[in-house]
Amino acid sequence: MDGNVIQNLLLGFSVALQPEILAYAFIGCIVGTLVGMMPGLGPLAGISLLLPATFGLNPIIAMVLLGGVYYGAMYGGSTTSILMRIPGEAASVMTCVDGYAMTQNGRAGAALAISALGSFVAGTLGVVGLMLLAPTLAAWALRFGPPEYTALLVMGFFVLAYMSGGSMLKTLAMAVFGLVLGMIGIDAMSGYTRFSFDVLALSDGLGIVPVAVGLFGISEILITAGQKGAARVARPKLRELMPSRTELRQSLGPIGRGSVLGFLIGIIPGSAHIISSFVSYGIERRISKTPERFGNGAIEGVAGPESANNAAATGAFVPMMALGIPTGPVTAVMIAAVMVHGISPGPTLIQQQPELFWGFVASMYIGNTVLLILNLPMVGLFVNLLRIPYSYLYPGILCFCIVGCYSVSNSVVDVWIMLVMGGIGYVLRKFGYDLAPVALGLVLAPMLELSLRQSLALSAGDYLIFVQRPIALTMLVLGVILLLLGLKPLLTKKKDWRDQLDQVAEEKP
Amino acid sequence: MQLREDQASGLTLVALALFVAWENRAYPLGSLQEPGPGYTPLLIAIFLGLTGMLIVLRGGASPRLAGMKWPEGTRAAVIIAACAAATYVLESIGYRITIAALLVFFLGVLERRPPLAVAAVAVGFSLLSWYLIGDVLRVPLPRGPWGW
Repeated sequence: MDGNVIQNLLLGFSVALQPEILAYAFIGCIVGTLVGMMPGLGPLAGISLLLPATFGLNPIIAMVLLGGVYYGAMYGGSTTSILMRIPGEAASVMTCVDGYAMTQNGRAGAALAISALGSFVAGTLGVVGLMLLAPTLAAWALRFGPPEYTALLVMGFFVLAYMSGGSMLKTLAMAVFGLVLGMIGIDAMSGYTRFSFDVLALSDGLGIVPVAVGLFGISEILITAGQKGAARVARPKLRELMPSRTELRQSLGPIGRGSVLGFLIGIIPGSAHIISSFVSYGIERRISKTPERFGNGAIEGVAGPESANNAAATGAFVPMMALGIPTGPVTAVMIAAVMVHGISPGPTLIQQQPELFWGFVASMYIGNTVLLILNLPMVGLFVNLLRIPYSYLYPGILCFCIVGCYSVSNSVVDVWIMLVMGGIGYVLRKFGYDLAPVALGLVLAPMLELSLRQSLALSAGDYLIFVQRPIALTMLVLGVILLLLGLKPLLTKKKDWRDQLDQVAEEKP
Repeated sequence: MQLREDQASGLTLVALALFVAWENRAYPLGSLQEPGPGYTPLLIAIFLGLTGMLIVLRGGASPRLAGMKWPEGTRAAVIIAACAAATYVLESIGYRITIAALLVFFLGVLERRPPLAVAAVAVGFSLLSWYLIGDVLRVPLPRGPWGW
């Protein structure tokens, strides 16, 4: 670590330790924990709903608040998985398996403690990775021109299709559907208004917030419509939270491996935190000397996936901060949050807005510590939320969705868009389509179109420009290799890891 | 021949691609040297159509469309319809009345909760959320003709 990084980190701490920013980091973590615990409200819905409230704040505070919600939700999601076998958010599905088994064995407290400890270690190591990697990547990305950006985005879509669970074709189709939605509105280069069907409000295009809240929040409520009653919840006492020495020893390896693996997967586009927890669980089971314990309350089955999904959440900030490219819907909404303040994340952000970047990095160290200190003692308090019957919970969530979308631009058009996307999302989920690529396609569409058309203008219409420039060529070759790897099971009818992911998803409670 | 789930969804994507390509006629394609506003949407429509076709071709093994279950369908439709009605009147009758009415519908009519609890939640939620979002966060929420 060179002196420059330490100096910048000190600058970050001088920003993040201001009482106002500390208070917002604290609020973000609490809100995140709560939304992460509530089925149907994941980090995306939580961030989308809070987004309008950040418009009046300065951009550093906005990022700190939304960042707190994001990794707070990752912590919160594990609580319902362990205590109730209900994943608060998708990344916690794997934690259900051994976490809930531990609860049945009377070790709920230890599972929660290891989950929080793993999340803390992974989150902190992830921030170290972000701190070291993002500035280097940003400096390198300054060499990028339109062809490199086009190749990067195309590669991103292929990586997304390969890495997402389920059918590669369906994932690609959803990404392209997102691109179609992204074509609505004014074309930045010619000024033409496209696909607005004479609706004035559509000429601004579809906003990420109504689309994301509709696709993820509303569709979840529609899918679970008719669910009754509040489930029984175990309520561990403070003294039960201490894991045994053996449990601690067994968790160290999985936490370390999960942290590194999660961070690396987090940088890749797609539902990284979900995939990382699945891959981590698979690795831990494979290398274990007693794999038969998995599924019956193995602490490694909690420590690995929980560390991996938290590290992946931090890893997702690397391409967002360094390249201005979101790897998923959550980072897409966060980009929207800073763009409202006239700041565009990208290679120049770290140089031009050092307080924002380093303040955010430092706030993540603080946020992780706050979550560790808060979550364990307050777990008994938080689980009370899970006792609210679903029949009372979902109308409240719906009302928050409506007011959240309305607040973005004080327009009912956004609420209509949210409802339409909710209906579409519900039908797509019934047909087994992944929705994350839709949101990603929507956000990346203008960037892809602009860089593609600029590249063609640069080369006088010659598509060979993409193979004549080494960086662009490398990215395209990587993308094509992944595409071919993804298509291989279609041709050979051999099962690959995506089918295993589907199997786990079907087996989930 | 029985239509399969993936075949139905793939065909819908093909239809969407055709619709986008048809609507795209209104925008100039430009040239390769200078692509116009219709260039990228056409490329995207072609790609969407292709993936849709591949899903149709690969969809023979998916479950039958007729066997698809929608147990929550009616309730989901009612929820969406209620939200649509609320959105329709939101700006004309104001935030607090709309949200209270929506909650009364969900809790009282759809979920059949005790009337006292319904009234308490509906009034409490609409007033508290107005205070938090409208007053504390200073988001301008719509007021109806009676200032509500």
